[in-house]
Parts: sequence; C-alpha cells; structure tokens
Amino acid sequence: MATEHVPADAPPEVTPPRRAHARHPSTREYVRIAIVLALVTAAEVVIYYIDWVHENGVLIPLLFAFSILKFALVVLWFMHLKFDSRTYARFFVMGLAGAVTLYLIVLITFQTFAG
Amino acid sequence: MATIEHADARHPVAEEHATSTGLPNTKLAMWLFLASDCLLFGALISTYVLYRGASLVGPYPDDVFDIPYTSVSSFVLLASSLTMVLALAALQRGDVGRSRIWLLATAMLGLTFVGGQVYEFTAFYHEGLTLTTNVFGTSFYVLTGFHGTHVAIGILMLLTLLWLSLGGRLGPERVEAVELVGLYWHFVDIVWIVIFTVVYLIPTGSGPA
Repeated sequence: MATEHVPADAPPEVTPPRRAHARHPSTREYVRIAIVLALVTAAEVVIYYIDWVHENGVLIPLLFAFSILKFALVVLWFMHLKFDSRTYARFFVMGLAGAVTLYLIVLITFQTFAG
Repeated sequence: MATIEHADARHPVAEEHATSTGLPNTKLAMWLFLASDCLLFGALISTYVLYRGASLVGPYPDDVFDIPYTSVSSFVLLASSLTMVLALAALQRGDVGRSRIWLLATAMLGLTFVGGQVYEFTAFYHEGLTLTTNVFGTSFYVLTGFHGTHVAIGILMLLTLLWLSLGGRLGPERVEAVELVGLYWHFVDIVWIVIFTVVYLIPTGSGPA
C-alpha cells in the first residue's frame, strides 16, 4: 500500500468545516415530533392519577420509559444528533454516560434504592 | 489561519475557518459544554434523590406540589423547543422575518416558564417551604433554581439574537449562532424532562420516611 511522506515541519492538516445541514427535518416533521412529545407528557400526567398504576408498582418504570423517549426525541430530532456528525454525539454521550454512571454509583453507595 | 470563502446569491460572502476536525469549533465547544452540564445537573438531581423522604419536618413534597400547574409549565417549555427549531429552520431557508417571529415566541414561552416558576416558588414560600426549612426545601430550590437560571440565561441569548436580527446582523450566513443557542435551549428542555419526572411525578409521600 502506498504511503504519503509528510515532512515533520508540515502544518497541521486543516479541513473546511462541514455544513452539517445535509438533511434536517422539515417543519411538518418538527411539528409531528412536538405533538408526540405533548402526548407523551399528557400520558405521564394521566398515569400519575391512576391508582392501579401506583398499587401495582408500574408507575416508576412507566415514567422512566416515557422520560427516556422524550429525552431521545428532543436530542435526536430537535438537537439534530440523528443527522449531524457522530463526533457531536460522542461528546454528548461521553458526558451523559459519565454523569449517569457516577451518580448511580453514589446513590447505590448510599443505599438510596434499598427498600 | 486558513479560511474558506463561500459566496452565493442570497448572502454575498460568508467566511469560515478551517478546522482540524472538519467541524465548526464553536459547535463542538457547545456540545462539550452541554456534556459538562450533564455532570452539574446529575449532581443536583442525585442530591435531590439522595435526600428524598429524609426531611424530619414539613412541608413535604405532597403538601406543596401542584401537578396540573407544573404540567402546564412543562407543555410551555416543550412548545418553546418547537418554536426554537422553527426559528432555525426559517433562517436556514433565508426567511429572516419568520425566524424573528419564532425567536420572539421562544423567548416569550421561556419567560412564561420562568414566571410560572417564580409564582410556584412564592406559593411554596407562603406555605412555609424555604431554602432552610428542611432538606427537601434545600435540594428542591437549588435544583429547580439552577434550572430556572439556565432558562433565564437562554432568554437573554434569544433576545440578543432577536436584537441582532432586527439590526440586520443575523442573516442566513450566521445561522450557526442560532443553532448554538438552539442547542443550549433544547438542553434546558431535556433537563426539565428529567426534573419533571424525578422531582414532581415520582411520589415521595407526605411525611418522614
């Protein structure tokens, strides 16, 4: 395989910034996502008032599922992580995963979920 | 530093700096800032969870929370995320007039949210919940207060964009500025999604654990 010789004093390679707007959602798609977000929020509030959900211990798992869905929709569509460079996603996931891991360890250490 | 110039019919000359990643440094920096802000809010949310049900004196969460009221605030903040992306989309299309309308709408919705939070804090204060009443009061006010401060900073950024736009200094060639403020604004929204679930909707009870 041919390799290119690069002089030691060569300036660092620079690349023109990519205009990462290759495919952004249309206005109609944005409105659809907003409607889904509103419906999921309404569902969260409705299940909060249903006794059966409280009594059978499904309230917290359902609320977390809805919350994760809303979080993902905003990050992927409104913040364009679904369409933009993966580098942005790596940066964000690094911080998010670090925060979740760190604070889960703290909460488990203090036995917050015990009982 | 090397620069690349673009020219088209709508905006005469837009200048961009070349970067080693091929991505705009400002946008990369914003994502890095948001990643670090995850750690800040993670600390505040886990502190709230850690002290959940640990207050020895009232008022307790169930005594003061008004879920229908906070739900409306949540809808307002979600709606502001929609108007924010519509402002960005309008500017990307070169529709400066419509982008101004959506920027103003986003700022107004943000103001409504912050106004609602001020009203809520005032109501809680009158019910006897202050920053030093109990650990619930401390962790609640610090968490939601930090979030409210983020929203207030976002409103200032939106109004600055609007001011620049009205002065003719925010055309399609500077769409990245709107995109950066938009990223910040949506981040504030996703933090509220978590706060609304963890703080308001997950029941804590109305007395000491």
